[in-house]
Formats: sequence, structure tokens, C-alpha cells
Amino acid sequence: MKHFSGIIAAAALLMLPSLGQAASKADLDKGKALAFDSGKGNCLACHTIADGEFPGNFGPPLIQMKERFPDHAVLRQQIWDASAKNPKSMMPPFGKNGILTEPEIDQIVDYLYTL
Amino acid sequence: MMKSNVLRRFLPAALMASAVLVSKPALAVNYQKLVDADTKTFQAYFLKEFPEVKLSDYANGVYALDEDSRKQWQEMEEFPPYELDVEAGKTLFNKPFANGKSLASCFPNGGAVRGKYPYFDEKRSEVVTLEMAINECRVANGEKPYAWKKGDLAKVSAYIAFISRGQKVDVKVNSKAAYDAYMNGKKFFYAKRGMLNMSCSGCHMEYAGRQLRADIISPALGHTTHFPVFRSKWGEIGTLDRRYAGCNENIGAKPFPAQSEEYRDLEFFQTIMSNGLQYNGPASRK
Repeated sequence: MKHFSGIIAAAALLMLPSLGQAASKADLDKGKALAFDSGKGNCLACHTIADGEFPGNFGPPLIQMKERFPDHAVLRQQIWDASAKNPKSMMPPFGKNGILTEPEIDQIVDYLYTL
Repeated sequence: MMKSNVLRRFLPAALMASAVLVSKPALAVNYQKLVDADTKTFQAYFLKEFPEVKLSDYANGVYALDEDSRKQWQEMEEFPPYELDVEAGKTLFNKPFANGKSLASCFPNGGAVRGKYPYFDEKRSEVVTLEMAINECRVANGEKPYAWKKGDLAKVSAYIAFISRGQKVDVKVNSKAAYDAYMNGKKFFYAKRGMLNMSCSGCHMEYAGRQLRADIISPALGHTTHFPVFRSKWGEIGTLDRRYAGCNENIGAKPFPAQSEEYRDLEFFQTIMSNGLQYNGPASRK
């Protein structure tokens, strides 16, 4: 019984981030900066995002992210390696190819969920 | 019963037909026909994607697709930024080497030879580009080759392109070796590479005409007709392989050396895809 509750506690801990543990304003700002930085996420090159200037239109506008990606892991995977789901995807595999670090991807994902 | 009679009657004919099919590879393969079919499919893709754009207009690159950029470009072309380069190229073309000859001695037709390049040299078994031929002429006459990608080489190339304007793109593929070079270029064009995992075809076919940030992506059809180009971004004139290298860098791939086999085969493939268009270089580009 003790063992079992330990598992529940561990699972709860693991679920914390996906439960929308609010990222701080500073972290969200960092996420936005990474998304807009042409040497990092460079999301604006292909997507319309909020107040970003001269967005590209290779990909869909980044809006209503919670509705479109109810599963946090799916959105994160899309950024980490879009080619896993669609080998023909034009989207660079940001995590797999080391364009962004794991914490950077997390920060961007947190920011995207505010859109 | 009826059925087997029919079978019996047609079987010998069918066997003969299949024998012909099987033995065909032993006969000479018509490589030009294979390549022409590819070119047709390639061009049809763009004609379907942009039904309002005429085939010949693809020689104008991205300006064939976007009216606003086209207007800006036409204004720029009223006083072409490459004009001085063409003049300089003319001087270099006619300037005597130490041995008394000049670049003009190497090229027929007064140097209006853009339409002959690139071609597959059967004896050397490789693709020969215009820039390569210019430097080989210098070396053959005891001169140092020009540095690749920009400067004097690009200027001479610009002059040759300028006096060849209107010549038809008509690259031939007449042998197995030429076809292999073509296929090598074709694979390069469609293969994903680099940190960003992108291919030439991804942007310049599938997403041609779309916006990458504020830039509109040029169509691959017509890519090679107008080089060398004076690029505002460079602030000077440069060759096609300079552009290839820049594009590879942009997607986080290590560029190949100028005039490497990879880039020459790519130029060969791309030019073949533009067969039927006209050479209209040099040009100005963003």
C-alpha cells in the first residue's frame, strides 16, 4: 500500500508540467524571444505569431494552440522532430538536430500555449 | 474453349512482344527521351501550380510569381546594377594574355556561348560549366585561373551571358555517363540535408511562391537561366555556385566547393529542367 501511493506521488509529479503549472512571466518572455529569434526557433520564418512582424506562411498560424494540441507531448514532439510524424514535413527537427536545447524547447512550448 | 483458342492465337504474339521488351535494355537507351519526360513533368508541376504564369516568364525567377516584387525589380533593372560588371567583363574578355591570345580566342561566336553551357563532355566524362571553361582557357594559355564565385570570373560570365541573351536552354543528355551526372544532380535536388533537414525541392517546388518571413521563395523552374546575378544582399555580382553554397549554409549544411562535381551536376540537372526557356542573364536579385 505504501509502495502504491509512492507510485501515485511519482506519477503526479511527472504530470505536473502538463497540468499547466503556470510558467512565470519571465519564462514566457524567454520562450517568446526564442520563438522570434531568427537564429533559434525562428518560428516567424514560417508561421504567423501574435505581434511578430513579416511572418512567413509555410506553416499554419500559431493560434488556439490549446485547442489544436490538447496533448502537451504532441506539440513538444512536433517541435522536437516533425519528421517523425510526417517524413516529408518541411519543419526542421529542432530537438533531434540540436537546433534548440531541451529547456529551450520547453520554454517555447510554454509560450505557444499562451497563444 | 473459345477462350483458349484466343489465347493460343495471341500467345505467340504476346511472347514476341515481351521478348522485345526484355531485350530492350540491350539496345541503346534513349536517355534524352527519359530526361525530356522528367522535364515535362517538372514544368507541368509549376504550370499547374501557377496557371496564370507563362512558361517563358519563369526565366525571371521569383518576379514571375509576385507582382509587387516584380515592379520593384523592374525599377531596379532600369539602371541595372550589373551594368559596370558587364563592361568590366568585356574588357577582361578581350584583354590579351601574356602569350598574345585572350579569352576571346577560346570562345567562338564572339563569346556569345551561354547557350552551350553547361554540357556533358563525353571525353572527359563530366559536366563542363561556363565558369569552368573560362578558367580552363586561362590556364591553357599560361594564366592563373580567376578565383571562383565572384569578381573577375563572375564579370566575364556576366558579359558572356549578356551578349547571349535570348539563346535557348537546350541541354542534351546523350549517354549513360551524362545520364548518371543528371541523376546525381536530381538526387541532390530532392534530398533533405543539413541541420534544418531541407531539400532544394521542398522550398523551391512545394513551397515556391510562399513567404519565408518577408522573402518570397523563387520557383526552381528557371533558376539557372539568369546567372550570374547582382544580388543586393551581396552588393556585387556572383555565380550560381556561390548561390548554391549560400543556400546550403542557410539550411545548416556544409557547402560543397565551388565547381565541385556535386554543384556542377546540380546545375546540369536544374538547367535541363529549364530546357525550352531562354537565357536572360545577368540579372539583379534581392
